Amino acid sequence: MNKCKYKIIENKEIAKDVFKMILEGNTECITKPGQFVNIELEKFYLRRPISICDYDEKTITIIYKVVGHGTEKMSELEAGKELDILTGLGNGFETKLSGDKPLIIGGGVGTPPMYRLCKDLIKDNKKPIVILGFGSKDDIFYKEEFEKLGITVYISTVDGSVGTKGFVTAVMKTINDFTYFYACGPMVMLKAVCEATDIDGQVSLEERMGCGFGACMGCTIQTKKGSKRVCKEGPVFMKEDLIWE
Amino acid sequence: MGIKDLSTTLSNIKLDNPVIPASGTFGFGYEFANFYDINILGSISFKGTTKDARYGNALPRIAECKKGLINSIGLQNPGIDKVISEELPKLRNCFKKPLIANISGFSIDEYKHCCELIDKEEQVEIIELNISCPNVHNGGMAFGTSPEAAKEVTKEVKEVTTKPVYVKLTPNVTNIVEIAKAVEEGGADGIVLINTLLGMRINLKTKKPVIANKMGGFSGPAIFPVALRMVYQVYEAVKIPIIGVGGIESAEDVIEMMLAGASAVEVGAANLKNPYACKEIIESLPDAMEKYGIDKLKDIIGKAH
Repeated sequence: MNKCKYKIIENKEIAKDVFKMILEGNTECITKPGQFVNIELEKFYLRRPISICDYDEKTITIIYKVVGHGTEKMSELEAGKELDILTGLGNGFETKLSGDKPLIIGGGVGTPPMYRLCKDLIKDNKKPIVILGFGSKDDIFYKEEFEKLGITVYISTVDGSVGTKGFVTAVMKTINDFTYFYACGPMVMLKAVCEATDIDGQVSLEERMGCGFGACMGCTIQTKKGSKRVCKEGPVFMKEDLIWE
Repeated sequence: MGIKDLSTTLSNIKLDNPVIPASGTFGFGYEFANFYDINILGSISFKGTTKDARYGNALPRIAECKKGLINSIGLQNPGIDKVISEELPKLRNCFKKPLIANISGFSIDEYKHCCELIDKEEQVEIIELNISCPNVHNGGMAFGTSPEAAKEVTKEVKEVTTKPVYVKLTPNVTNIVEIAKAVEEGGADGIVLINTLLGMRINLKTKKPVIANKMGGFSGPAIFPVALRMVYQVYEAVKIPIIGVGGIESAEDVIEMMLAGASAVEVGAANLKNPYACKEIIESLPDAMEKYGIDKLKDIIGKAH
């Protein structure tokens, strides 16, 4: 983990209430796709944990949705502003287990961490297949970015305005030859995805956090391997370890 | 600037400085050792420990507030046996200073059981008897809201340990002085003031409480004046040392709390916002002392009276 100042390079709306922010600063602590940053915001007591969409030697890209006062404040920040951020938090995706043709499933704002995961898998000569699920046409983001990686991207929308009508599992049914899966999105989606296949996989969970680095026990879930902190042992968990309510 | 003396004592135990991370905000310490050398701390009050392992309360357990947060963790911990066999050895590897063991329970027997076991741990120099957790039913705070029960549990625990027993009190009472006097009569060696204030938040979208357990303990800078007031009041009523806790996040806050009567302080919520909070407070103490004409921190304890 690292606590550093980062400069906002860009902060713009890329879909309805969804913003992309590029931050410049130290990225040494980021070791795996699926990790997150925890951002301090003026006038808010707790930091805001946001998954890392992509990074290089000196920038971090995050994508977030405005869902409350904190993210609303974030959306108003302008380029040049400095933020105090904890980086390299959490235990990300394990790419070694993917097999040759992993299925990558992102739902809504669960999509961003799947982008870097995809890039890392392609670098390892894997051939990922991507399914992205959104509510409607206006909610869709990063479809082209994924396509530019040279892979097949399926879209599902709840209202059927783009791609397959329904949830990501509707597309999943039509794909039989994947070797493994990785998923991030709302809990109901993750549960449905895990139940839709016998194939092993990893899912990234979201939970309300206090500290984001394992100290407060605010985000502990019960797993088949005992109590685990979503911020520390997670957010990525093996499908077989999870207990669904 | 001359050399500043940051040291303080609690029941003849010398601390290099008065800054102690508060129980529940620092785990068992070793994870913070990845951030900095935790041996700069005065001591560590480790995660509240109970007889049996506890998963804790349902999620969500955290609600943000202006100038603080509400938590309802529910004493998640691996139980006293595992704390002694697994957590403390890991902590010992990276921390060589005196430790404070925060012990919680649901009956006098449970408190005694844990204290008997922790009594054998050499590095533990103080037992912090937590009779003030607002997040568990049938115990915790129940002992801390009745002078008789508070005195009784203190007395019983004192019989099974030779280590100093500091009783951590809840602010959720009408008369804090009465409770403080009761634990002193029960044989307490010190008092820790304050645990969190019972509070809640409601989500405007769902129109339901944010926290699954509905209510939780409010902490953070917003409660500092309440903690300070209680330390001030209790200092006048008891002869035993006080550890001041509640919303401390700067060297100035430490000085203010010591002026009110605290011999040492615990830093809680600030650790969750900034993992380096204790380190930054310790490092800025000499300058703050210089600014306010203080050479020895010990000299200012209770000087506001």
